[in-house]
Amino acid sequence: MGLKLQQSQHQHHSVAVKVNEQMGTKRGYTFIQANRAWLPKFLLLWVMVMAFLSTWIYKKMDADNKVRRKEVLSSMCDERARMLQDQFSVSVNHVHALAILISTFHYYKNPSAIDQETFAEYTARTAFERPLLSGEDRENILRAGASGKAVLTRPFRLLGSHHLGVVLTFPVYKSKLPLRPTVAERIGATAGYLGGAFDVESLVENLLGQLAGNQAILVNVYDVTNSSDHLIMYGHQNQDGDLALLHESKLDFGDPFRKHTMICRYHQKAPTSWTALTTAFLFFVICLLVGYILYGAAIHIVKVEDDFHEMQELKVRAEAADVAKSQFLATVSHEIRTPMNGILGMLALLLDTDLSSTQRDYAQTAQVCGKALITLINEVLDRAKIEAGKLEMETVPFDLRSILDDVLSLFSEKSRNKGVELAVFVSDKVPEMVMGDPGRFRQIITNLVGNSVKFTERGHIFVKVHLAENSKPMAEAKAETFLNGGSDEGVLVSSAHQFKTLSGYEAADERNSWDSFKYLVADEESRYNASINMPLAGETSQNVTLMVSVEDTGIGIPLIAQDRVFMPFMQADSSTSRNYGGTGIGLSITKCLVELMGGHISFVSRPQVGSTFSFTAAFGRCKKASFSDTKKSNTEDLPSSFQGLKAIVVDGKPVRAAVTRYHLKRLGMLVEVGSSVKMAASACGKNGSSCGTKNQPDIILVEKDSWLSGEDGGLSLGMLDRKQNGHVFKLPKMILLATNITNAELEKAKAAGFSDTTIMKPVRASMVAACLQQVLGIGKKRQAGKDMLNGSLVLRSLLYRKKILVVDDNMVNRRVAAGALKKFGAAVECADSGKAALKLLQIPHYFDACFMDIQMPEMDGFEATRRIRKMESQANEQINGGSIDEESARKGKWHVPILAMTADVIHATYDECLKCGMDGYVSKPFEEENLYQAVAKFFKAKPMSEL
Amino acid sequence: MDVVNQLQRQFIDYSASLHREGFLDDQFTQLQKLQDDNSPDFVVEVASLFFEDCEKLINNMARALEQQQGVDFKQVDASVHQLKGSSSSIGAMRVKDVCIAFRSFCEAQNREGCLRCLQQVTHEYSLLKNKLQTLFRLQQQILAAGGSIPVVE
Repeated sequence: MGLKLQQSQHQHHSVAVKVNEQMGTKRGYTFIQANRAWLPKFLLLWVMVMAFLSTWIYKKMDADNKVRRKEVLSSMCDERARMLQDQFSVSVNHVHALAILISTFHYYKNPSAIDQETFAEYTARTAFERPLLSGEDRENILRAGASGKAVLTRPFRLLGSHHLGVVLTFPVYKSKLPLRPTVAERIGATAGYLGGAFDVESLVENLLGQLAGNQAILVNVYDVTNSSDHLIMYGHQNQDGDLALLHESKLDFGDPFRKHTMICRYHQKAPTSWTALTTAFLFFVICLLVGYILYGAAIHIVKVEDDFHEMQELKVRAEAADVAKSQFLATVSHEIRTPMNGILGMLALLLDTDLSSTQRDYAQTAQVCGKALITLINEVLDRAKIEAGKLEMETVPFDLRSILDDVLSLFSEKSRNKGVELAVFVSDKVPEMVMGDPGRFRQIITNLVGNSVKFTERGHIFVKVHLAENSKPMAEAKAETFLNGGSDEGVLVSSAHQFKTLSGYEAADERNSWDSFKYLVADEESRYNASINMPLAGETSQNVTLMVSVEDTGIGIPLIAQDRVFMPFMQADSSTSRNYGGTGIGLSITKCLVELMGGHISFVSRPQVGSTFSFTAAFGRCKKASFSDTKKSNTEDLPSSFQGLKAIVVDGKPVRAAVTRYHLKRLGMLVEVGSSVKMAASACGKNGSSCGTKNQPDIILVEKDSWLSGEDGGLSLGMLDRKQNGHVFKLPKMILLATNITNAELEKAKAAGFSDTTIMKPVRASMVAACLQQVLGIGKKRQAGKDMLNGSLVLRSLLYRKKILVVDDNMVNRRVAAGALKKFGAAVECADSGKAALKLLQIPHYFDACFMDIQMPEMDGFEATRRIRKMESQANEQINGGSIDEESARKGKWHVPILAMTADVIHATYDECLKCGMDGYVSKPFEEENLYQAVAKFFKAKPMSEL
Repeated sequence: MDVVNQLQRQFIDYSASLHREGFLDDQFTQLQKLQDDNSPDFVVEVASLFFEDCEKLINNMARALEQQQGVDFKQVDASVHQLKGSSSSIGAMRVKDVCIAFRSFCEAQNREGCLRCLQQVTHEYSLLKNKLQTLFRLQQQILAAGGSIPVVE
């Protein structure tokens, strides 16, 4: 059966495999899953097989029992038969002995040795029970005489006891018989007969009574001489008993003529075999349970797998929903932006009309709200774009420092109002130009700094950029301070309640404190000095990984909220948005952007102490060729007229001094740091007396705190003044650095000698430059020209002598655009329609770029652009075809940059522009920045000398 | 020198009032900035171009709107678009604002509204023309007196 089961299972298995092959392509079904419909049948089959098995077991055990019972019966029966036979032959021997006694004492002796009378009396007394079985008895007597052996009668009821019995007959011979007597001799010698009656019933009864197990079995003794008619000798003919099982034993009572048997039976029927029954039943139950457990397990597996598949499906759907959500957000945000631009535009227009003050207030509020909404939508759009994977990073060269300066200036007003110090420090090892996405980098910094400004009421915000590799020496430095025994530092800290951070307030992450910062600066210094003429080892690699940290001493992030800081729309708690505004989406976008830049962001924050956000970002290094070009155009706003000037920075806080020094160094100045005015003065005096003007500082910058903290500040400054007055040297210019300053303080400062100027922090290189220009009177001429055109100089360098075609149907617009472009030194030609432009742009032409209006009658800007591109591609094909003329060889490939001019700067229009082959767009009327951004992609700046 | 100063102050006040009253916006200031030694008459040139353009367009529109039936609103709209473009280029804010309203009437094919707007445009235009001419006259006087035109922020 087991084999059969296996076979059937095997068949099922092959079926399962087939099913698997069919469905497996779609889903990974397991064997059980595939056979789920068969499971109840399997269970049923199992139960049936087990029932069969247990029945079989029962039968087997029962049969064993029966065999044993039979054996017991036969052995008992044989034992009884043997005993009965023995008993009987003993009795026969007695009778035989009596016969021989009579022969010997009566017949062989003459006279007889037996007293006749006595003997007659004896025989008379024993002549009981001699039945007159006329014919048979006579025959028996004759037979006994002939055989000389005991002869038995058939059983009959004895007269006295009414028991069944037999009579034994022995011959008595009157003479001695020869050794081997013949029948005739025996008959001749026969004198008479001796008989004995046997009460078989009591005999057997006695016998059985002596044996154990007497009650269990039923014994019958039969005379079976006549095989057709069994005569019962003992036992009841019709007694009950176990008729199914009987045993028959032969009995030999010494008479060859008569045959007897003993038949034994159990008294009771075979008892039910409880052991077998229980065993079989238990077996069945166990198997049933096992089967059910297996079935349950299989069902469970099926259920779990079903659930799993369902989950998988749900997961796919959830993911799809997520993508759909992002797309929806992107679409909706986009769609909202268009009308929002309209609303904002209209509000702006409304504000320009004659309004009562209330109306103006309402309109301004609406505009502010609208702008906030646009910002929010942009953020959501950004996030959705990132999630939909649609955000792509630009890779253009940009100046990291100037971006940081921009961000700094953006927040300078706010931080100054709050009295919070804002500072930027960029390690010298960070390359001036890196390849990356400046817009996104700015966004990250703006987000982080914006957050910090929002949540900081006192202390400082410090942005620090260095190479990621530098974090190692810093860590070492940290370890070193510990080794050197941080105890004295600790004492210092506790006694003065000052931390060695930028502003003296405690910061969450002590990495920015002077203890480690100085190692960074010192390390930099040595490396910088050592490698002025040789490239740094790391510079050869393609990428540079920057570590940017933004440290503030604000309210910090509650510990419970720290793990969901980067989740969108999660703020520390609901009161945050109530108190500080914002949506909480900024940080999540920041995180995504950082990750897109190949870095990661982390933060350390301690409530009521502050937070430090640090992120890494990978940028490409600029190739040297493009490096020099772009560098010129971008860093032009930092004047070079301060090269070689010497300055002393007086600041008690080394980190802050390092920051100031960093900005001054960017201007090419040589900077020394003094921790107090006195030190600076003494350095001054020493230099002044010993080396003359050679090492005399040109500028002394004094931090307000250091000046105010030193009581003798004013005095020493006066001293300094006198000293210098004594000599003929030019006085160093005294400049006060302050985050915020009251009028009274200002007066005091002026009185103390800071007549020259006060630089309001945050310190920025360009701002310092402007102040210094004012103070020192350097480059004033240039500055005058630059006043208006500060940024446009760059633009001028880009557009200088470029031949540009302006296409616009509107005469006035054309003239204005041409005028604007001419202003930047471009050679401008105009066309009043798309067709005219096509004509002018017939290849070969000499135009460097084309500004194209979108909305024009007859042929709009899109169509004109498409045609121009078609023309160009044909020309390019010809070049590739082989007919190379000089012009095309010079240009290589025809592709005139076409920029759309449009009044609406909706994103959709931009997409359209790109689709039809334009390279970018500028909004009308021209704005310098916008124009610059658009143009900078195509033109390389010409060296300023050409201007 | 006193005369120049006085004229210069007058010029500044006047252009400030133009800005304040919404005749001109920053774009006009931008134009003024574009004027330098290379193109000393840039603003005047652009302005006269604008006036010519305006007159032409206003005439066009007036003609188109004269028809009692079957006004070609498309053509009117094209003209208004042109006018809007020019006016925003030169920074003539009020003209531009009327143009915006004008276009919406064009789109709605509302002849009455269009006519009303046309009137407004004509009015604004002539106002602006007068004001600008006064401004330019002041400029010339300053130049004639040997002063330089102050930059209005």
